[in-house]
Amino acid sequence: MKASFFKTLRTTLLNALWMMLITFPIMVIKVKPRESLVSWRWMNLLWVGIGTFSLSWIWRYLLSRRDKGSKLNAGRGREVLGLLWGKKKIRAVLLAALTLLVIWFPWIVNLYQVGIITSGLMFVILGLGLNIVIGYGGLLHLGYAAFYAMGAYNYALMYLYWGMQFWLALPLGAVSGALFGILIGFPVLRLRGDYLAIVTLAFGEIMRLLLLNLSDFTKGAEGIAQIPRAAFIRALSLQEATNYLFYICAVLVAFSIFIIRRLENSRIGRALEAMREDEIAAQSMGINLTRNKLITFALGAFWAGLAGVILAAKTTYINPGSFTLLESVMILVAVVLGGMGSIPGVILGALLVTLIPEYFRALSDYRMLMFGVVLVIMPIFRPRGIIPKLRKHYTVKEVDCSS
Amino acid sequence: MEYFLQLVLAGLTKGSIYALIALGYTMVYGVFKLINFAHGEIYMIGAFTALIVGGALQITTDLAPSMIFLISLVAAIFFSAAHGATMERIAYRPLRQAPRLTALISAIGMSLILQNYVRLAQTSDFLPFHSMIPDIPWLTPGVSPITTTQLTIVVTTVVVMISLTLFIKFTKMGKAMRAAAQDRIMAQLVGIDMNRVATYTFVIGSVTAAIGGVLIANHMGQINFYIGFLAGIKAFVAAVLGGIGSIPGAVLGSFVLGMAESFGAGYISSAYEDAFAFIILIIVLIFKPSGLLGRNEVEKV
Repeated sequence: MKASFFKTLRTTLLNALWMMLITFPIMVIKVKPRESLVSWRWMNLLWVGIGTFSLSWIWRYLLSRRDKGSKLNAGRGREVLGLLWGKKKIRAVLLAALTLLVIWFPWIVNLYQVGIITSGLMFVILGLGLNIVIGYGGLLHLGYAAFYAMGAYNYALMYLYWGMQFWLALPLGAVSGALFGILIGFPVLRLRGDYLAIVTLAFGEIMRLLLLNLSDFTKGAEGIAQIPRAAFIRALSLQEATNYLFYICAVLVAFSIFIIRRLENSRIGRALEAMREDEIAAQSMGINLTRNKLITFALGAFWAGLAGVILAAKTTYINPGSFTLLESVMILVAVVLGGMGSIPGVILGALLVTLIPEYFRALSDYRMLMFGVVLVIMPIFRPRGIIPKLRKHYTVKEVDCSS
Repeated sequence: MEYFLQLVLAGLTKGSIYALIALGYTMVYGVFKLINFAHGEIYMIGAFTALIVGGALQITTDLAPSMIFLISLVAAIFFSAAHGATMERIAYRPLRQAPRLTALISAIGMSLILQNYVRLAQTSDFLPFHSMIPDIPWLTPGVSPITTTQLTIVVTTVVVMISLTLFIKFTKMGKAMRAAAQDRIMAQLVGIDMNRVATYTFVIGSVTAAIGGVLIANHMGQINFYIGFLAGIKAFVAAVLGGIGSIPGAVLGSFVLGMAESFGAGYISSAYEDAFAFIILIIVLIFKPSGLLGRNEVEKV
């Protein structure tokens, strides 16, 4: 015991020294070439040392725990929740309470809070959409922001040229998103795994460059301003419009959850699961891969288009800068953090990803760093996310054959 | 005609830089079947280290510029290699048995971490990078078509390429790498230490990327924390174009991509310069996923 303690101490100390060495130029020296100034920030060196020392200790502990295989208790919390959820009465009460909370919510908090929660809900819709592609289809999609942009620009441009209203743009944006998804899906059908990820990334970037450079049509980097908010019979005041959009988002989230849950257990859902596990085996069982992949892309893009229209109506201003790769990565973080393929997981992940940076403004500078850390740590220590997906179990009742 | 020649030279320079980065991509992919998304970041760290070390030396000491250039180059190579090896230890080694997509997600995370580490520790502004390569006297600027930096870049790339090919062909570690690329389990059975191979692969890839970073910073004159992303993606495109996993392929692909970009920007539209790489990528992956010099892979259940 004692020997192993000293051994760990030695390696963690060495790790700390190593990190102090390799981060030395970037962490300590700061050159200002214009003013010919060099500043030495020795304190940073100390922080790197202490940080690495403690993190390395935790890391080793977690890694040894992972390798021992404590997988058994991974889904315990989920099982308890599932048990509660399974009871019809409890479920009805919970759902009713949630509905009441949603209805009351805009009346008990101020406008700012409603706005933040609305963007959180918007992100939930995006996450659920990407979850279909990644979680069910097993296709890593890094150009998801392109579909999102499709929805947003659809509304903005149709308003700009034809004066289209929100309620007409919402279904149109979603459908055009889905069509665009099929359009992108066709050429990438043969690809899989990492190649697919890179090609979707390329499509996303091309889309952004097109939006940026077709400035006669899309107004380029300047963006499109003064997109109308959603109207209900008459034009609404800012307060009313914000609350209204919140309700729309909440209803859409409920709608998405309902549809996606139905999808999960449908013929398509099963086919997608088989495809994700093994494409060739699935194909030999008579699953049409082409059709299923296109469906996956179309469904994922459908929700992105929906969220895009809402974004345009919420911010009333869009430009290509809102649809960069980082946006796609952020949605990916939500899905990976929550748990690929798990609906409650993705909802939690999306809320965490949007709300934590909003409520801890001091941390907002470290936001992207944190996302990076999440993407590195989750696959190692909790590959199935915070709330892992429950896999289907079929139990066969033993039949007494003796009589 | 002069315009044409300029475009050819610009394409060659770009291609050389892509080649230096693409070598690392292709080696890591060849051995581990992992797209190391953070490879472009290593290149950026190389450029930053050179700027910091070179800048500090320029301001505080009065060494000759060529000395400063050499010292900062060596520093950039060392620190990039250290970052590359450490990255492999932290993010990729625990995931070696995991599905490929998981490792790719981890690589995207690593890329974000390295970008923001440099952004937070240094700055998010563009920093001016004073060229440290001393001028060659017979290459008068304005008269001769090629500048000193361009010549240095092309020559360095050729030298690096040849030495890397020799390394892979004749040294023990090179043989181990080739064995691991062919069949990882078999390589382990005949006594090849995969951890050592991994470290070497990442170190070598990082060294070439760092050389590329220092050279491009000298050529472009300014750097910021985000230069690695686009360069990394384009080098990846080059590696895929040439056939990922193949070293001559990576070099060929890089030069083709550099030329395509240079001519595309020169004759078609400079606004879409970055889009050409992506369009080439999509076309190659759809019609010939194995690339120009790659081998076909057979999928098994």
